[in-house]
Amino acid sequence: MASWLDYTINGLIVGNVYALVAVGLALIFGVSRLINFAQGSIYLVGAYIGWVAVVQLHTPLPLTIIVVAVAAAIVGLIIERFGLRPLQNSVRIAPLLATIGISFVLDQLVMLTFSPNPRALPSQLPDVRFQVGNGTIGPLDLLIAGVGITSALLLFVFLRYTKLGWAVRATAQDRDAAMQMGVDVNRVNQAVFGIAAALGGVSGMLVGMYYNQIDTAMSLQATLKGVVAEVVGGAGNVPGAVVGSLLLGLVESYGVAVFGTSYRNLFAFLLLVVVLVLRPNGLFASARQAPPEPLTGTFIAPSRPVRIPRWASVLAVGGFAILPLLPVSFYVLQTLINAWLLGMLALSLTLVAGTVGQVSLGHAALLAIGAYTAALLSLTFSVPVGLAIIGGGLMSAALGTLLISPSFRLRGHYVSIATLAIGEIVSLVILNWESVTRGPIGISGIPPLSLFGYDLISPSSVYWFSLAVMVVLALLQGRLLTSHLGRSFRAIRDDDIAARAYGLSLNRYKSLAFIFGGFAAGVSGGIAAHLYSYINHETFNTQQSILALTVVILGGLGNVVGAVLGSVALVGLPEVFRIAAEYRILIYGIVLLLLVRFRPQGLLGTI
Amino acid sequence: MAEQHLPMLSLRGLTRRFGGLTAVDAIDLDLARGELISIIGPNGAGKTTLFNLVTGLDRPDAGTVSFAGQDITGLSPERLAGHGIARTFQLGRVFGNLSVMDNVLIGAHTRLRAVKPAVPAIGPLLELGLALLRPASVKAEEERLREEVKTILARFGERLLPRIEQPAYSLSYANRRRIEIARALALKPRLLLLDEPTAGMNPTETAEMQALVAELKAEGLTILLIEHKLEMVMRLSDRVIVMDEGKKIAEGPGEQVRSDPKVIEAYLGHGLSGKAEQESAA
Repeated sequence: MASWLDYTINGLIVGNVYALVAVGLALIFGVSRLINFAQGSIYLVGAYIGWVAVVQLHTPLPLTIIVVAVAAAIVGLIIERFGLRPLQNSVRIAPLLATIGISFVLDQLVMLTFSPNPRALPSQLPDVRFQVGNGTIGPLDLLIAGVGITSALLLFVFLRYTKLGWAVRATAQDRDAAMQMGVDVNRVNQAVFGIAAALGGVSGMLVGMYYNQIDTAMSLQATLKGVVAEVVGGAGNVPGAVVGSLLLGLVESYGVAVFGTSYRNLFAFLLLVVVLVLRPNGLFASARQAPPEPLTGTFIAPSRPVRIPRWASVLAVGGFAILPLLPVSFYVLQTLINAWLLGMLALSLTLVAGTVGQVSLGHAALLAIGAYTAALLSLTFSVPVGLAIIGGGLMSAALGTLLISPSFRLRGHYVSIATLAIGEIVSLVILNWESVTRGPIGISGIPPLSLFGYDLISPSSVYWFSLAVMVVLALLQGRLLTSHLGRSFRAIRDDDIAARAYGLSLNRYKSLAFIFGGFAAGVSGGIAAHLYSYINHETFNTQQSILALTVVILGGLGNVVGAVLGSVALVGLPEVFRIAAEYRILIYGIVLLLLVRFRPQGLLGTI
Repeated sequence: MAEQHLPMLSLRGLTRRFGGLTAVDAIDLDLARGELISIIGPNGAGKTTLFNLVTGLDRPDAGTVSFAGQDITGLSPERLAGHGIARTFQLGRVFGNLSVMDNVLIGAHTRLRAVKPAVPAIGPLLELGLALLRPASVKAEEERLREEVKTILARFGERLLPRIEQPAYSLSYANRRRIEIARALALKPRLLLLDEPTAGMNPTETAEMQALVAELKAEGLTILLIEHKLEMVMRLSDRVIVMDEGKKIAEGPGEQVRSDPKVIEAYLGHGLSGKAEQESAA
């Protein structure tokens, strides 16, 4: 039985690791008002470079640390130069999406290079424990603490006593004024990305040594933890990020002590949501001020949407409807069924992220809620499948809206963080609430799709069913967009202050958008559950959320036809070209990056 | 009847502090029905903060705001819009991706009745259902408002009408300012707050705007105006209030305020005004 002191030491050590990630995030947020979702990928890269150095090159520990720091810094500089600098004058959403794309590309490259199997990363330090009071501490704990404290001191000296450090602080306070005073903002960005990446990389290596294991799933976890710590400390606040990290480490450690290991992340995300709701600017921030007046809405790219004539849409739907009558393979139908299911999710996300401007990164959670509800209704309560699917849609609409409602007063990147966290919370609740969700075992034996007593087993009937449901949802959404709600949603997206001044309640209209969007996503999840016959807490994961976001951006934010077109393109084309599954996510990441850079309004334009 | 004699807007001791700075310092103000008061003062005098306090975008640290005799201190902006208070913004806040028509229709949002039944609890769900089903009453209401928007846009001559379906971001700066005023008028306001409606406009455009504000005043609208162009202020205002460093330093008819030494001092600075007096005496 480990003592409380052990949990405290563990919490502080883990907190130190988080601090290395969070300080980098805070520095970057400070100078460019950007939450770098690729920070976890650099951490991952650092861990694997550490593995190469230790296991293959047999470098001594000090050299390993230097190699990892330098290599990670180079990756950071490349990201800054080629991924983000071209977007400097772009719309505010662009760099955020770019860092998501970069993280997908980096993670996937690591996975392709090193295979997804976990690897052991030996710690190079003697395996002894020293008795401290009634707890113990090892040399690796001391190393992590030492690296943390040394980095903090170096960073302090850099920011306080060097010219470039002053430039960083000046840029963080007022970018325009710093530029007018002759500060080279690009160099500041480079410096900050280099430092952040070096810290992130070393952090990844240390964590790998601490658990003696590295794998590609580390990336997203690190980003999430770093972001939680940073937001808790106040975005852009470097000392705040350190305190936030230690606090997060302690909260997790004590949470694990009381409730068990599988609750670790739940505490992290609950802490985040509580802070976002109560003190959205962090624990140490001063009172909030109204944002400056924009001349026009600039969060999304202005564009003139491509008008698709009605006959063309009718023709396209007709063409897809008669497809099963033609001699096409089962494989093609299977692919398109997936496209229609993704299409429903994309319709939902394009409404929420595009029309209302709430860029959700946890949208797959709505699928999960719908899928579990529908599956449990038809399995446990023997509800007819059609009704169970509608029940899944209604539950997603209600529960999804309820869960997201605390973040309705947040804006911009904070919404993305909150939705990401809520998505993780849903997945963790599903994992831990065994009496209802059957926990890690998942739900199996879900009955197949059926309608009015007729089983839909043949691929063509499933195909027609999912196509029909998607078309109905798309038509409803199109009708919604032409109503007063359509313009109200878009007004809130373009300028929520002006919208409020004209009587639009943000809570009311964001709720309505999430209710409508939640229903579509929940129906998609419900159909998927009956189609797959087995689901668990990982069936609907963050990758699907990001895939849906890529679809939505590809089609054009808020664009109903674009969402469907994007789904067919991103699900269908890789199949047509028979691209292996592990390369697909890489391609999604690259597509996202290219879109953000060259066509932020998507194929059919923002509506 | 008694309400008729109450001032439309009444501020008592309205105060807002930002850290050590008192942006609005114990301001009293009474705006009668149909009156137009201009607020002038150097940059940073607290004029826009005062507007934000009246329209609910910011909360006062002390003092009260009453509207037609009713205490509205600290109400949310969306509630205040429902009471009939409309405003424009200093730098302009149009909805960039919305068409001119949709921008102005948002102004009429608080007047939607058929599609927004005042039912507690399930009201929002009914609104969603009605927006999708669109019964005749909802269609008729939307059609009526669209016609009304065209009438409002016609006030600006040929500036906005030919561009009615274009997105606002594609319009010129002056036209975006006009959209803001059109949007405010679509609310059918009982009180209109204009924050520098002619900022950045050339003399012709300024003259047009001045004529429009004069027209609105003649129609009986109660207006609170922030404006830097003194000629316009003198022509339009029933009374002028001068603010400096958060305080009201003068109030009265335009000509009287213009020659007030405190006002000259606020605009020209302490040392300078003394020197100017000495020079004119010599």
